[in-house]
Amino acid sequence: MYKLESKNANVFYGASQALTDINLAIHSHTVTALIGPSGCGKSTYLRLFNRMNDLIDGIKITGQVLIDGQDIYAKGVNVDALRKKTGMVFQKPNPFPKTIFENVAYGLRVNGITDAKFIEERVETSIKQVVLWDEVKDKLKKSAFELSGGQQQRLCIARALAIQPSIILMDEPTSALDPISTAKVEELIHELKAKYTIVVVTHNMQQAGRISDSTAFFYLGELVEYNTTKEIFTNPKNQRTQNYITGRFG
Amino acid sequence: MRTFIKKFSEKFIEGLLMLSSSVTSLTVVLIVFFLFKEGLGVFDKTAVEEGFVIAINKNNSVTELSSEEIKNIYDQKIISWSEVRGKKDSIFLFRLEDISNFYTDEQIGENFELLPLRLSSIVDSFPNIIAFFPEKYLDKNFKGKELHADKVSLSEFFMGEEWFPTAHPSAQLGVKPLILGTLWVSLGAILLALPLGLAAAIYMSEIAKENVRRFMKPLIELLAGIPSVVYGFFGLVIIVPLIQKTFGVAVGETGLAGSIILGIMALPTIITISEDAMRNTPRAMKEASLALGASKWQTIYRVVIPYSISGISAGAILGIGRAIGETMAVLMVTGNAAVIPHSILEPMRTIPATIAAELGEAPYGGLHYKALFALGCILFIITLFINLTVEFVSNRKKFNKH
Amino acid sequence: MNVVNEDKLAKSKKRNQSIAFFILGLLGYFIVAILLIILSFIVYKGISVINWSFITQMPEDGMTKGGIYPAIIGTLYLVAGSMLFAFPIGVLAAIYMNEYVKDGVFKKIIKQMTNNLSGVPSIVFGLFGMSLFVNKLGFGDSILAGSLTLGLLALPVVIRTTEEALKAVDNTFRQASIGLGATKWQTTRRVVLPIAFPNIITGLILSVGRVSGETAPILFTVAAYFLPKLPTSIFDQAMALPYHLYVISTSGTNIEESRPIAYGTALVLIIIVLITNLLANALRKYFGRKVKMN
Repeated sequence: MYKLESKNANVFYGASQALTDINLAIHSHTVTALIGPSGCGKSTYLRLFNRMNDLIDGIKITGQVLIDGQDIYAKGVNVDALRKKTGMVFQKPNPFPKTIFENVAYGLRVNGITDAKFIEERVETSIKQVVLWDEVKDKLKKSAFELSGGQQQRLCIARALAIQPSIILMDEPTSALDPISTAKVEELIHELKAKYTIVVVTHNMQQAGRISDSTAFFYLGELVEYNTTKEIFTNPKNQRTQNYITGRFG
Repeated sequence: MRTFIKKFSEKFIEGLLMLSSSVTSLTVVLIVFFLFKEGLGVFDKTAVEEGFVIAINKNNSVTELSSEEIKNIYDQKIISWSEVRGKKDSIFLFRLEDISNFYTDEQIGENFELLPLRLSSIVDSFPNIIAFFPEKYLDKNFKGKELHADKVSLSEFFMGEEWFPTAHPSAQLGVKPLILGTLWVSLGAILLALPLGLAAAIYMSEIAKENVRRFMKPLIELLAGIPSVVYGFFGLVIIVPLIQKTFGVAVGETGLAGSIILGIMALPTIITISEDAMRNTPRAMKEASLALGASKWQTIYRVVIPYSISGISAGAILGIGRAIGETMAVLMVTGNAAVIPHSILEPMRTIPATIAAELGEAPYGGLHYKALFALGCILFIITLFINLTVEFVSNRKKFNKH
Repeated sequence: MNVVNEDKLAKSKKRNQSIAFFILGLLGYFIVAILLIILSFIVYKGISVINWSFITQMPEDGMTKGGIYPAIIGTLYLVAGSMLFAFPIGVLAAIYMNEYVKDGVFKKIIKQMTNNLSGVPSIVFGLFGMSLFVNKLGFGDSILAGSLTLGLLALPVVIRTTEEALKAVDNTFRQASIGLGATKWQTTRRVVLPIAFPNIITGLILSVGRVSGETAPILFTVAAYFLPKLPTSIFDQAMALPYHLYVISTSGTNIEESRPIAYGTALVLIIIVLITNLLANALRKYFGRKVKMN
């Protein structure tokens, strides 16, 4: 069974179609990169998996999107609970206007956990997982805004990990970071693979090549090609894929 | 030559522009100057009516009376000299019109030419007398003791509990009832407006559909544009009778009526500013919260409100500022009784309403006139303080976001 | 995570949200209701009063009958006078602030002062206008004194809206013009101002709405309780709509009898505000589209 899967997934914004018949299946404990030019639908596709698109007015979604074989768009699905299974990391670091500690504890608190000791342990584990503990352990009560951009982004990853998701969705997680912070996040993605299934939207070809096991190339709302990253980069089957990864458009 | 003219005209225009831009600063400086020049003048004046003297027997040990004491003596609330640091003797109050009890018209003289002499001897013959009469009837060899009224003191002004600037013979200039009235009415207004305004702001920015918002927003803007007299008029014909009936009070013109109308008037400020602040919350931040399994409501009160708290407070403070400075509507509905308030269901009088109601009757340059300018100074300082607070609060927000 | 019952949690979250949203929505609509009540009440009571003779006739019988013509004319004079003063100065000041002066102490001070001026309560403007224009400069209670006082009050509004309009002009326009050898003033006059013009006019219209309803600043600088004839010079007193509404609804001997006139006057004031708001919005939309098409 695949961890993540979509069958004939279509997304419409009002009259315009953002995604057309996307069929894709992702194994667990892998890193999948979604690449393609701006507006190709890769972010929209990523957001299907935690139903983040639901928030947009006038959106229509057809087809099936499955997590662990279950259709998450079926009737009666508990969206909040679904979102707990998936952690999400955004383009820019977006810590909440709270302390470092409360940022990581947030997901636990909104999900009804009140046990202070439990929360404390979970916060510590999560921050350790993103290799940030040594840098912040003395200032957990300080505002998260005091951290550098790279630290903030790792904090946001820790925040996502704290609710113990099995899937992590990343939407261009390093696009706002300097090269050193980017390297740290990439290294982190590599380590997290052992425990999580990771889907990363990225603009950066080299990054896709460095971190992912499989790569899906989107173009104009369609999935053009999906294969192992090695195949895509060395032996693309489709002319458009080849044009894109060799930089002929983008 | 041409370039010279061009250059010159550029410089000229720039000078003109600069001049225009300094008009606001100049105005503020002039406001401060005129307001404080007239307002501080109140402390250079005595509370006793100009051109009048207060006289007592020369053997009386009392040397000074405060304006409050003078007033209480004339209101016969103080009836013994011992109450004002004197001997234990009842006070004999003498007004000019009482002169006919002592002398016939002939004894005073056809043109009052003998009046000074008579007054002098009356004051001389009663050890417990206090007399109040125009200065022009003061005899050259006056045998009594003239009491020099003190200048209006700061403590009298701020701590005095009575505002009665036309009181005779000694004006009462205690601003405490007015300051308290202003605070009560404004506080009531903000207590009503803040929850309502915040709720509306949250609803409009986070919950309502776009078309609902597009209908509400211009309505709120309209609410801001309605002149304050119209609000006052509405309060007068609707709110005031309603309060009278609902609470069974004698008059509906109460602090509560003022609070309700001011509350309605403060709503647009609170709503617009806090809605703006909330809409500035980055989309990604809300999404991050939702992605962690938070409900929309949890996201609003745990992320959106903390994020926009400085904007929300700025809106609330500005709302208070508008309420404190508002004149006409309050003047029309609060009943304007200058007494220290005990309940919101009593008539109250605010500082702006006092100025508006009394300035027309205060003689130019007199004590009353200056006292009203002093009220203007108080109002100016309060609103300036509020403005600076708002700026401080908004600047702190910038610091937070580096 | 297993310490929490998923279904129960989801239900309680949903319930809390429904309750909260219901209350918030209720309060939101409550405010709309208040506004609609105020508007419809005054329209309902005032509409039967307003007719041609109401706005073109002099008041009669101690202002219990007749029209409000002199008050309308007075307000028109005051609006025109205050705008003649505030509009050019405000626009020039905004140009200087936005196009000329560099960031620094001077700009900061002026910004701060303008900000402070906009926070000054209107009654304080009244005090100031009385002591400077009426007494010190000897204008007496006059249209001139009232217009200047109202103009000062409107100045920060004009400056702010103009500045916003200028800020909205894309910098590339300026660079293009300077690049062609135009001077700063030429650039401002021929490029920046035409583009910003619609928004500047919108600001002007909004301040007209504001000024026409102000009462406190004119109480002691111009407003007359009743005048049998129209003002003939700027040194004359004048009647004005908001002051008229104030006096006939609170003082005078025939408050009850003059109620219909009061409703009519209130409605006229609301109509002015409504028109200025609608006009401003329409202008914004119309020109907004036009600029985009270019």
